Amino acid sequence: MPTHTITIDDTAESYRCADTRSVLEGMEALGKKGIPVGCRQGGCGVCKVQVLEGSYQKRVMSRAYVSAEEEAAGCVLSCRIRPASDLRIRVLGKIKKNVCRVVGPADVSNRCPT
Amino acid sequence: MAMTGVLRPGHAQLRVLDMDESVKFYTEVIGLMETGRDASGRVYFKTRAESDHHSLILRQCDRAGMDFFGFKVLDRATLDELDKKLQAYGVKTERMPAGELLETGERVRFQIPTGHTIELYAEKKCVGSVIGYNDPEVDVIDGPGIRPVRMDHALIYGGDIDANLKLFTEVLGFGLVERVKLEDGKTDLATWVSCSAKAHDLAMVRHKEDAKLHHVAFLLESWEQVLRAADIMSKNRVSIDIGPTRHGVTQGLTIYFFDPSGNRLETFSGGYSWYPDMPAVTWSWDEVGRGIFYHDRKLNDAFLSVVT
Repeated sequence: MPTHTITIDDTAESYRCADTRSVLEGMEALGKKGIPVGCRQGGCGVCKVQVLEGSYQKRVMSRAYVSAEEEAAGCVLSCRIRPASDLRIRVLGKIKKNVCRVVGPADVSNRCPT
Repeated sequence: MAMTGVLRPGHAQLRVLDMDESVKFYTEVIGLMETGRDASGRVYFKTRAESDHHSLILRQCDRAGMDFFGFKVLDRATLDELDKKLQAYGVKTERMPAGELLETGERVRFQIPTGHTIELYAEKKCVGSVIGYNDPEVDVIDGPGIRPVRMDHALIYGGDIDANLKLFTEVLGFGLVERVKLEDGKTDLATWVSCSAKAHDLAMVRHKEDAKLHHVAFLLESWEQVLRAADIMSKNRVSIDIGPTRHGVTQGLTIYFFDPSGNRLETFSGGYSWYPDMPAVTWSWDEVGRGIFYHDRKLNDAFLSVVT
């Protein structure tokens, strides 16, 4: 199955995502600690992203979180889009703090001394 | 008869983004029975064990969430009496005509301080449980779908849960069963109230936005049925929030999961019996994690942030 590269503009991190999976599912697979993925069904708005480049297939999503204008401008819920090409995205929803969490010195100091 | 006034949760109307997909989910995965469709396109469901025409109504909309939550009251006289009590308390009520919901009598509708729409009604057609009322068999849960016993309660999110508590206890005859306190030890983060001998018929959490739904819950008979539900969810790739696990609050066994529009549902079992003479259980902020999820002993990020 075709897979595409999704680049998170905020962190320059990227991951591969099959065109059968949602952009959120791919992000979940990055294994970010504590990522509140939300409902994964287009209803709660926490996984909102802006697609800066690329094309995608989308499904109906809640107007409480994405207006028609926003949807037209590429602001969508990542659980409701599947990549049709490589994508560059910016994270807007509540998941941002986890997706964009910087790995700090504390994490480094926990490494086994070599 | 000891139980009078407000008897129990009777119906929840949920908004869904795609009706066909939702009907398939609620019948084939949850295992509810479709009982009707009205002229406006709403679809009605009941569980196999429920007697009344419906306990869940779906309405297609461009956003998820709950339109209203209804409680059945003892009889028409009780309905009129509670309507008067609400008005005397300063709550504006509205009469929804009989038949506006299929097979349902007149409803008294009002808004509570957290912005949610609540209804009371006395009459809904008894269409009967699957096993009937004469020399019944046991309804062996071996068919497709989770097949819950009943729609049991809801957890709602909104600002002024203090005024909600006052309204439900002082006007509608509910009792306070459990509460969680915030860091100051005084303010309630959440309260659980009962109009029956159940550990909860409604729960509420303090939240910055009004009129939000956390979940609608369906009762299962046992822990084994909760595990069976989890298997059915995974087999159907249902989005699971957390569980199977246990709540400290109510001691119930639970799975939180999402319907195809992102409305959170719960399948749960257990929970103790409650009587009005029992002292309310209080959870401190330090132990809230254990209170909500007894095994993880911490809140997941979604509990306080993902609502519809």
